[in-house]
Amino acid sequence: MTRPAPLPPAARAIVRGDARALARAISAVENGDSSADPILRAIYPRTGKVPVVGLAGPLGVGKSSLVSALVGYLRGQGRSVGVVAVDPSSPFSGGSVLGDRIRLERAPGDERVFFRSMASRGAVGGVAAATREAARLLDAAGFDVVLVETVGSGQVDLAIRQIASTRVVVLVPHLGDEVQTLKAGLFEIADVFCVNKSDLPGAEIAQRDLAELVALGAGHDGWRPPIVATSTVTPSGIDRLWAAVEAHQRFLDSSGVRRTAERLRLKEEIVGRVRDELAAELADRLDRDPELRELLDRVVARTLDPRSAAERLLRSLRGP
Amino acid sequence: MARVARSRETLAAKRRTTPIRVLIAKPGLDGHDRGAKVVARALRDAGMEVIYAGLRQTPEEIVRAAVEEDVDLVGLSILSGAHMALFPKVLRLLKKESHPSIQVFAGGIIPDEDARRLKRMGVRAIFGPGASLEEIVRTAEKLARPSA
Repeated sequence: MTRPAPLPPAARAIVRGDARALARAISAVENGDSSADPILRAIYPRTGKVPVVGLAGPLGVGKSSLVSALVGYLRGQGRSVGVVAVDPSSPFSGGSVLGDRIRLERAPGDERVFFRSMASRGAVGGVAAATREAARLLDAAGFDVVLVETVGSGQVDLAIRQIASTRVVVLVPHLGDEVQTLKAGLFEIADVFCVNKSDLPGAEIAQRDLAELVALGAGHDGWRPPIVATSTVTPSGIDRLWAAVEAHQRFLDSSGVRRTAERLRLKEEIVGRVRDELAAELADRLDRDPELRELLDRVVARTLDPRSAAERLLRSLRGP
Repeated sequence: MARVARSRETLAAKRRTTPIRVLIAKPGLDGHDRGAKVVARALRDAGMEVIYAGLRQTPEEIVRAAVEEDVDLVGLSILSGAHMALFPKVLRLLKKESHPSIQVFAGGIIPDEDARRLKRMGVRAIFGPGASLEEIVRTAEKLARPSA
């Protein structure tokens, strides 16, 4: 074993459990502030050891209430929990109202829960650009479980796939007929199905439709997503929901899927990062660089097509 | 590729648009949150990220939320009359957690004499009934970004 490199002070504070240092690092990541870079680099080797559980599903299915219930359940078991809850930013003003905190209930003075609300800031896919690294910071801070709650835009909350090792897809009765369950997207990423608000009529039908979907071969890598009925009103099923999450976590280890899935996620992360940087850089240069402006001018004048312009740009990037 | 790498810093700087983050909370026991919601929405429309903590928050919960959410501002709304008991406690706890940069403003039914005392204690602005949303937004912007 090599001794880990000494941590920069901010990273040390986070690892020690300093909530303020953690909160500030998350802000730095959100704001694209370069002060986050050394922290993220330093903590990375310490991460990847705790379950990161994502909750995705349409608007109003009760994700925030479930998060609160799970926090209560896990605290009851003596486990600490870090939460990132994402809500949408306005495409008009850029502002947002982040309301997921309202449902959070915790014992006074309980510092073994950390809850962070995050605005999507223009990102699509149900999470913000900073969500993955915020989850990583919570992991490094020593929380036993990290929960990530998506925006709740429904069929497109798929970016959670790249962050969470177990994805809980939350649904409610009367969301649609069984054909909905055949549609591509959300249903394909589920490791656990949760039928919330199961105190309402129609819950059995929703469960039956999902059971049919699972029987038809939903799931991946040889895992069959269990279906759990929950209610945060009664409340009921929270223990079974967590048991299903843990069963999936055990499956990831016993099957070897954790390793391959993690490798795929990290590959996507690296590629995505390079793509985003290059795209921003190119967009900027097409406005500023006189040579490239001319290229764009020609496309606008229809003397050059976009595809050829893109090829020329790619060639110039790759160098001579 | 070298050119790409060189200009990365300037790009990062350009993208560093930092929305003002505000925690809106109702300390104490009254259940009238219309005002708090109206203000939350106005701040949202001004481009801020508003963390709405909701009703019946203790000063401890409010300060813990302010820390976790790393806010620039805390807005307290109160109609119960308990402001002289609750606001100083929020201020004291914020100071104890060493958050000199977090500014506190307030709204609700607060008599002038109390408002003067609260301002001396460190509440930066107090809005009563009839305060305009423009005024609240402008004040919040100024408190969060004094140099801007």
